[in-house]
Amino acid sequence: MLYALLCCHDEAVVSSWTKEEDDAVLAKRHRVTERLAAKGKLGPALRLMPTTAATTVRMGGEPVILDGPFAETKEALLGFYLIDCDSLDEAIETAKDIGRDEKVVFEIRPVKLFLPNGIAS
Amino acid sequence: MTTLGWIDPVLRSARPQAIGALLRYFRDLDQAEEAFQEACLRALKNWPVNGPPRDPVAWLILVGRNVALDDVRRRSKSAPLPADDAISDLGDAETDIAERLDSSHYRDDLLRLLFICCHPDLPAVQQIALALRVVSGLSVKEIARAFLVGDSAMEQRITRAKSRVARADVPFETPGAVERAERLAAVAAMIYLLFNEGYSASGGSVHVRTPLCEEAIRLARLLLTLFPGEPEIMGLTALLLLQHARAPARIDGDGAIVLLDDQDRRLWDRDLIAEGLALIDKAVRHRRPGSYQVQAAIAGVHAHAAKPEDTDWSEIDQLYATLEQLQPSPVVTLNRAVAVNKVHGPAAALAMIEPLAEPLAGYFHFFGVKGGLLMQLGRAAEARIAFDQAIALAHTPAEAAHIRLHLDRLIKESQPA
Repeated sequence: MLYALLCCHDEAVVSSWTKEEDDAVLAKRHRVTERLAAKGKLGPALRLMPTTAATTVRMGGEPVILDGPFAETKEALLGFYLIDCDSLDEAIETAKDIGRDEKVVFEIRPVKLFLPNGIAS
Repeated sequence: MTTLGWIDPVLRSARPQAIGALLRYFRDLDQAEEAFQEACLRALKNWPVNGPPRDPVAWLILVGRNVALDDVRRRSKSAPLPADDAISDLGDAETDIAERLDSSHYRDDLLRLLFICCHPDLPAVQQIALALRVVSGLSVKEIARAFLVGDSAMEQRITRAKSRVARADVPFETPGAVERAERLAAVAAMIYLLFNEGYSASGGSVHVRTPLCEEAIRLARLLLTLFPGEPEIMGLTALLLLQHARAPARIDGDGAIVLLDDQDRRLWDRDLIAEGLALIDKAVRHRRPGSYQVQAAIAGVHAHAAKPEDTDWSEIDQLYATLEQLQPSPVVTLNRAVAVNKVHGPAAALAMIEPLAEPLAGYFHFFGVKGGLLMQLGRAAEARIAFDQAIALAHTPAEAAHIRLHLDRLIKESQPA
């Protein structure tokens, strides 16, 4: 089963990290994702720009374009990993591994449809 | 980061909003700062044991308020009671919990806090120092180092600035739309000053002081989070990101300035550039141009060019023409002349800056540009005079050294081979 690990984080905290702190978090995570990649269990992963760069298009009747993210919450979606796991338990363990020593929140979402090249296979 | 390492960034990021709210309760900057300090000490004891609260900012505000309230009560037993209006705002923890959910309150609290720091009577350096101390929470020592002055001198400046704003009487009612827009503009200008202070140090030997630039970017992003639909705040943030992206290429190994044309563009920070360009895209949609947006667009044109010769100088010329209309200033015209030089040649550019000689008589860059144009036109003797004037006005050794390079070249060219 493919799982998406959605990284939700307090954006004010993340943007107050110094470059060194930010690099340290990435390096720490990289050690875990490298292991996953070696086992062929890591799909695409991405980091989003801050929600200040977000634009929301609200459809229904005349589309409404709004500056900012979909939901104005403290914890915003800042990126995600796509991982291949045998079970939810394994996905939970992987999330714990990636986020060790951080104050991040992972929302684990089983993936229904995966189009790696944007083309249905 | 260690297991406890997460607390520090949380406290740091909570500070501006927490102090802003505490200031509304206490109406006194020192008291708000003390209350926040006390709340942080309790957080350091409490959070490792009980885990992080769901809303750390609200936690810190509530605890800070209660601690200070206890303090007021204790003191009131031995001292005369404080005036009613000083405590009228201190009761009712319940309503406070409801209030903390109201993000618009947060927004005005933080804007007020920043606005207080940019009191027009304060010189620019004091505005920035005050904001760094109160809003960003930098220590006096750190700020003193950034401004290259002694700790006690900086302590004095900040104390003086605080007592000045304490008498300023900034209203605590929710501001109206016009007032809010005015505050926002003043705060944006202060953040821009802060960035510039880091970008081109006004004295001393360090030419780029990264922490000041990073702090300015953090405040700009924070402001944009609170006012997500303000194109000028998008423009300001984009401008700072795009300028800062070039920082790694601006100074060479010997501490000398590297001009845009000579910079190794591979050193530019692509992430910052991408974010800056994304913000410009968003701002343009609003069709409410402003000077930060135009300046960001100019920085964006440079960022787009992979090589200096790819730069669209006529686009830059036009953007500066727009900026001259929005914000007429001799410095803007001087910058436009640099673009005009690239598009129409040095004679046209020189004619453009001729009228600026008087208003920019004390401006380093005026003589640097003038010398460069004269040199291009082969008027070596006049160029040397201009470069000498520039060196006399240089603020940092790096600036002076850069002009000396031109002078050396002139001297070499004037000698028979």
